[in-house]
Amino acid sequence: MKARTTLRHIAHARAGDKGNRSNVGVFVYDPKHYSILIRQITPERVKSEFGTLVRGEVRCYPLPKVHGLNVVMDRALEGGVNESLNLDGHGKSWSFLILDLEVEINTDNLETKE
Amino acid sequence: MPNHPDILRIGTGAGFSSDRLDPAMELVEHGSLDAIIFECLGERTLAFAHRDLQLANGTGYNPLLVKRMNHLLPLCSRHNTCLITNMGAADPLAAAVRTGEIAAQRQLGHLNIAAVLGDDVTHLITPEVELIEPECTVAQIGRPMIGANAYLGSQSITPALTRGADVVITGRVADPSLFLAPMQAHFGWSNQDWQQLANGTVAGHLMECAAQVTGGYFADPGFKEVDALARVGFPIAEISPDGSVVITKLPTTGGRVDRQTVKEQLYYEVHDPSAYITPDVIADFSMVELDDQGDNRVMVCGAKGRARTETLKVTVAFDGGHLAEAEVSYAGPGALGRAQLAGEVINQRLDSVHGSLSERRIDLIGAASLHASAGKFSPDSKDIRLRCALRTPDPEEAANVLWEMEALLCCGPAGGAGYRGHITPSVLTYSALLERDRVKTTVEFIQV
Repeated sequence: MKARTTLRHIAHARAGDKGNRSNVGVFVYDPKHYSILIRQITPERVKSEFGTLVRGEVRCYPLPKVHGLNVVMDRALEGGVNESLNLDGHGKSWSFLILDLEVEINTDNLETKE
Repeated sequence: MPNHPDILRIGTGAGFSSDRLDPAMELVEHGSLDAIIFECLGERTLAFAHRDLQLANGTGYNPLLVKRMNHLLPLCSRHNTCLITNMGAADPLAAAVRTGEIAAQRQLGHLNIAAVLGDDVTHLITPEVELIEPECTVAQIGRPMIGANAYLGSQSITPALTRGADVVITGRVADPSLFLAPMQAHFGWSNQDWQQLANGTVAGHLMECAAQVTGGYFADPGFKEVDALARVGFPIAEISPDGSVVITKLPTTGGRVDRQTVKEQLYYEVHDPSAYITPDVIADFSMVELDDQGDNRVMVCGAKGRARTETLKVTVAFDGGHLAEAEVSYAGPGALGRAQLAGEVINQRLDSVHGSLSERRIDLIGAASLHASAGKFSPDSKDIRLRCALRTPDPEEAANVLWEMEALLCCGPAGGAGYRGHITPSVLTYSALLERDRVKTTVEFIQV
């Protein structure tokens, strides 16, 4: 059985900034969900899901030793902390944009954070 | 230094300029630390420090320096813990002199206090210098330059430590390098031992944001719980001679150290995980392994290192004009509609009455603000705070934002309340690269 849930139920994340580039490190709680993370969170998808926010290239670096993915988004901070007029000029809350993405999981081994 | 023959114990006393004081004091009192590091200099913080220094009677060092030194110097002196900090910001020498005065007042006069100088490269940044982001010259930015600082490495600090410094005060030093310096001084790692420098850099990177590795910036109720968050402890790194590190904290403090907290910090502000560039080394974090030993102890190993770059990164700061921000709230039935109407009024007034041309942002806090550009909209809230923000070199244009937002109280939609507005100075920071040999650093000891 397949079901849809948000990434937040199977993973945790933290966002950081450098200039106008944002990175979000995403880590699944359970290693068995690692393949879901790296297959379903792709650069094309990240670029397309967030309206006009991500204006540059997106790269996703798999982190197999820690069952994570480093999502790096260029020109994704509305100019960066010095130039953005967003209250969140660092994009600290971008981690929760990523965690709110839907993923398809196999319910046969559904052990998410409830 | 050192208290322990085999293991070097380093604590973090601050992870940013306004970080808490009491966790640092607790750490020195009970942590048996060889060194404690206060990392207090964000990308922009130094630009503001340069600006403060240029004011009449202004100081260029961290505003909390005096408070921190008053509380920490006696503790560090009693426990034989070396204190290393970039709280010198735009004026490390003055910060060291001021620290010396505090040591004398507190009769700690035997302390050896050193300043690391040479990161200020403002004199080298001529109008024709090329910036790397954006790709243009300094002159083409078209704004007054405030100052420029090179990111120094561990080896700007180690000469102070080998000469017996108890306190080292720097300006711009790469954050992990502040931590690598006591490791290099203690273990005698050479400046070309890329493997050990990478091991130390991983440890420094994990430590540099203080509570962010011990359960701060982590809690998400229902998903990620943190015990006693209000008393979250600052971290301790236990460094072994082979370069492996255990991240831990005092058992009496709140927070948690486990695989999850360490993972989040390991890749914080990292882009290509196989090439984390510091002045000391290019470190590969991509295959780092974490061993959770329980009891808030995580062992970290598996970093790889390769030769450092031939250039140093320089942050060049420019005057960024004025940031105007003003807010008014609408609550109850129809709050969103009234706030949206108020936003339209503001746009019309700033356009047509004031001829305001600078880029402007309208937020509907409660419905669409932080994630508005990402297309997120929550229309159901009955408690909306309208925010208008604008950045401009013209002080009158900035003042008009506050004026028009306040005027909504009588002239705007029904029930507007709670006006607040402020104008703050703004900076721009861009990066350039300088050949290493053009940046000369020195260590100066203060006569107490």
